[in-house]
Amino acid sequence: MNYIVSIGLEVHVQLRTKSKMFCSCDTGYGAPPNTHVCPVCLGYPGAMPVMNKEAIRMTVLAGMMIGSEISTYSKFDRKSYFYPDMPKNYQITQYDKPFCDGGAVEIMVDGKPKTINVTRIHLEEDVGKNMHFRGSSGVDFNRAGIPLMEIVSEPDMSSPQEAYDYLTALKQIITYTDISNCNQEEGNMRCDVNCSIRPEGQTELGTKTELKNLNSFKAAFHALEYEIARQKEVLEAGGEIVQETRRWDPDTFETYSMRVKEKAHDYRYFPEPDLMPVVLDMELVEEWRSGLPELPEVRKARIITQYGLPEYDAGVLVSEKALADYFEGAAELSKNPKAISNWVMTEVLRFLSEKEIEITELKVMPKALSELVSLVDDKTINMTTAKEVFAIMCEKGGEPAGIVKEQGLAQVSDDGVIDAFVKQAMAENPKSVEDYKGGNKAAVQFLVGQVMRMSKGKANPQMVVGLLMDLMKG
Amino acid sequence: MVDEVDQDGIERIDVRYVANLARLYLDDSEVDTFQGQMEGIVEYVKQIGELDLSEIEPTSHARPIQNILREDVVSPGLDHELVMDNAPREKDGQFAVPQIIE
Amino acid sequence: MGIEISSLTVHGALDALSGGECSSEELVRDVVAEIAKRDAEVGAYVSVDEELALEQARAADAARSAGKCGRLLGVPIAIKDVLNVEGQSCTCGSKILEGYTSPYDATAIAKLRAEGAVFLGRANMDEFAMGSTTQNSAYKVTHNPWNLDCVPGGSSGGSAAAVAAGEAIAALGTDTGGSIRQPASFCGCVGLKPSYGRISRYGLVAFASSLDQIGPITKNVRDAALLCEVMSGVDKMDSSSMDEPIPQLAVDLPADLKGVTLGLPKEYFVDGMDDDVRRGVMAAVEKCRELGAEIKEVSLPHTKYAVSTYYIIATAEASANLARFDGVRYGKRAEGATDPIDMYGKTRAEGFGAEVKRRIILGTYVLSSGYYDAYYLSAQKVRTLIRQDFEKVFEDCDALLAPVTPSPAYRIGENLDDPLQMYLGDICTVTANLAGICGLSVPCAMTESGLPVGLQILGPAFKEENILKVGHAYEQARGDMPLPEILKR
Repeated sequence: MNYIVSIGLEVHVQLRTKSKMFCSCDTGYGAPPNTHVCPVCLGYPGAMPVMNKEAIRMTVLAGMMIGSEISTYSKFDRKSYFYPDMPKNYQITQYDKPFCDGGAVEIMVDGKPKTINVTRIHLEEDVGKNMHFRGSSGVDFNRAGIPLMEIVSEPDMSSPQEAYDYLTALKQIITYTDISNCNQEEGNMRCDVNCSIRPEGQTELGTKTELKNLNSFKAAFHALEYEIARQKEVLEAGGEIVQETRRWDPDTFETYSMRVKEKAHDYRYFPEPDLMPVVLDMELVEEWRSGLPELPEVRKARIITQYGLPEYDAGVLVSEKALADYFEGAAELSKNPKAISNWVMTEVLRFLSEKEIEITELKVMPKALSELVSLVDDKTINMTTAKEVFAIMCEKGGEPAGIVKEQGLAQVSDDGVIDAFVKQAMAENPKSVEDYKGGNKAAVQFLVGQVMRMSKGKANPQMVVGLLMDLMKG
Repeated sequence: MVDEVDQDGIERIDVRYVANLARLYLDDSEVDTFQGQMEGIVEYVKQIGELDLSEIEPTSHARPIQNILREDVVSPGLDHELVMDNAPREKDGQFAVPQIIE
Repeated sequence: MGIEISSLTVHGALDALSGGECSSEELVRDVVAEIAKRDAEVGAYVSVDEELALEQARAADAARSAGKCGRLLGVPIAIKDVLNVEGQSCTCGSKILEGYTSPYDATAIAKLRAEGAVFLGRANMDEFAMGSTTQNSAYKVTHNPWNLDCVPGGSSGGSAAAVAAGEAIAALGTDTGGSIRQPASFCGCVGLKPSYGRISRYGLVAFASSLDQIGPITKNVRDAALLCEVMSGVDKMDSSSMDEPIPQLAVDLPADLKGVTLGLPKEYFVDGMDDDVRRGVMAAVEKCRELGAEIKEVSLPHTKYAVSTYYIIATAEASANLARFDGVRYGKRAEGATDPIDMYGKTRAEGFGAEVKRRIILGTYVLSSGYYDAYYLSAQKVRTLIRQDFEKVFEDCDALLAPVTPSPAYRIGENLDDPLQMYLGDICTVTANLAGICGLSVPCAMTESGLPVGLQILGPAFKEENILKVGHAYEQARGDMPLPEILKR
């Protein structure tokens, strides 16, 4: 039996505001437990929330990036459930009037674009963090109240890979707008997944299960793989899928049913009386829109035409906003954008992945890279030297021209000097000269290598080849 | 379901179920007492059902104001010691609770 | 000491202090002596912090001799135990907040502090302000100073009893459905419920967020005006506080009511109303007419739905507001729980009293799946109708005159098993909270059995000056009221 898989995602993204959603506590990561707290985010008696304007702006920007309709009238609601990490035992969230309605994210499936529809984006407050000791648990409320944007998708994905690609695309869009760090280790981006399968030919969706505790894209991928296989097994054994919440255990690579005491969730939503509605003035929305960055797809197209790059290059470069910014920073100063692109895609990315650092941490500034390319293009240095200079800049930063001068790395294009090296090489390697004259054209490469060795790599390779061939002709 | 309607038309409330939603243990005598009281109160407040409210907008705030926002500025919170002084139980700077089973 | 504490008003105290007749320290000592004399019988306070009050008083005296002034410099007042005062307990009349020490000042408290007020102690109240008798306190029963067998009203019963018994110059209460006006009426005090949004609620432990307001309980209208003025103003910590100009409420109170139109809402003179109450209120209406006011009968047709609407909305909001009392971060935690869910169930079972449990269950029920539309949403719509009723009558009236309650103070223990009967007694007061308007309770008569009766004056939102003018003019014309016997002992 073949099954159709339907996956929907609820992605929670911590916004990178300085202060929390409803109070002015610091949102910084990694502070000692319960040190970024106040009466409001601890749910103290008498404390009241006040909305952070910046969090609303960021949520609206996210909506604009994926083509949501921005609501003119929004409000917050209380969602009631008890949990130790929940200070008030209700979460302030948005029930029926979110900031953003609709929208879509495009992913590539088998080389063809596929649209994943987004239902809504709403804003809420994050909860605290539970720690587990032996025999008891502990709660840290530093995270409680950090603005959390929830992006809810339609069940449009039909494989774990599509879910993974959707998450990657979403991350790309969000980092483009600079509204979240999207750091999965720090829990900036977490998701819950809905998953159902149905036999081919059936139109209505199957019973879905919800998977929680997915703290990385990989976890989402593996949990879905497991869950789809589990559901298939249940159906094929003649069983029925139970609508339930399951938890992903990253250690055993399994999902398991969460102990649920209540018959059903009853969140008892009602409008938050302590917060007033938000009526977004269209003028303000347009002002925010004007600050919107270029969408990755739009930027890719522009980079192709503006810099004359192949589609593949442009695709790699826009994968991350900072990378594209780096490339453009260098390319705008250069006469040879393709060479810049080659450098970024090979040497730069290799170095970043070796050192596991971000492009923003790279010591080679875009201007330096563009100068390095110019030095190669005007034959001041050759490629081998350029890579050496690049390595030096990766360590210490600096200007390539200065480094070349300091270290005496300039290419030797002096006829006399090269002539002497070439003659010496021919004299020391008569067999290679013989071979060349005998028709083995490849022998010239060996001689070039000898000259480069003697010149410590600084000889202009084109001049060396030309001179060698001239001398051996006779 | 939370409840059903009896033959006499009185809404039967599952008091224990509702109390459980509110994480409130009740002993049997409390359930007995509340049962009658709750049903009496609910029966009374149902009178609002006789009004035609189809064209009426709900009021969720006493005053019709909007857009009360704050700027994204950090200010110091409470002293950690002060916070933990109020904690019924503490462990390693955290609020200790009985083991959470997920 | 030549100061007679029992009838001393805030303005009287300020005159005495600025005239050098007494120091704040002496004043506080005198009030504390009154508390010591009488509070064992009255039970107005949950706790009195004499040392702290004396410290504040000495600071006020020092400030005064240094030439500094404050609008309440050195005046001792009682605080309802539902308002956060930094460093103090705040029990809300509940066991569940045992052990909680507030780390911050409510905004209203901070404003009083800035004007030099002295905080005597924590006034008793119905648990989480739920009730109209102050019998629902987990700590003690408060007795009506006029008749110790009777309730002082509630939920701000401790505040009203303290003022009536000379155990405070003035007090703060809170009013969600009448909790300032009704105890003020039962105890023969003046009680002001300001318009919703007039005084910041930040630091007031919420019962029903869209209805709660802080207000003063005092010995005369001018004092109520002054305290309200001091506490008023928009607050960035309370999104529902309003940026409305703060009128000079305590000055410019005229002696007559010429050119004033007062409405008499017929729905507030209900069947079964106590005769003494009706007579007292109608006599006050006549007095206002004599003062030059035009009196006209008006109708607020949706009044009969007010109690239903109120109890749905108030309990729904309360069910969420009280969810935070779970034994995790502060307050009481039950012993012997096996997991957090068990801990919640036990802590809340042990920590809350019967009335609070009843309202949490009712509020949870009206919000639960399948019932929201029929109860909560419908109640919000009726709220709109009630608000519109007022808007309409205030087109022609400056204020309305009505009873505060259908009966005077009743005996302790009465109606305790019949919550619905108790709720129906709130009919004349809940409407002001639902509509967000302001209301004032002023003593107007004594019953045959010697209990005070209050006159309620309702005014449009942010027109506190209207009701204070009427209240003050009436109060002047009425003359002095008797003092409770207990003060003469």
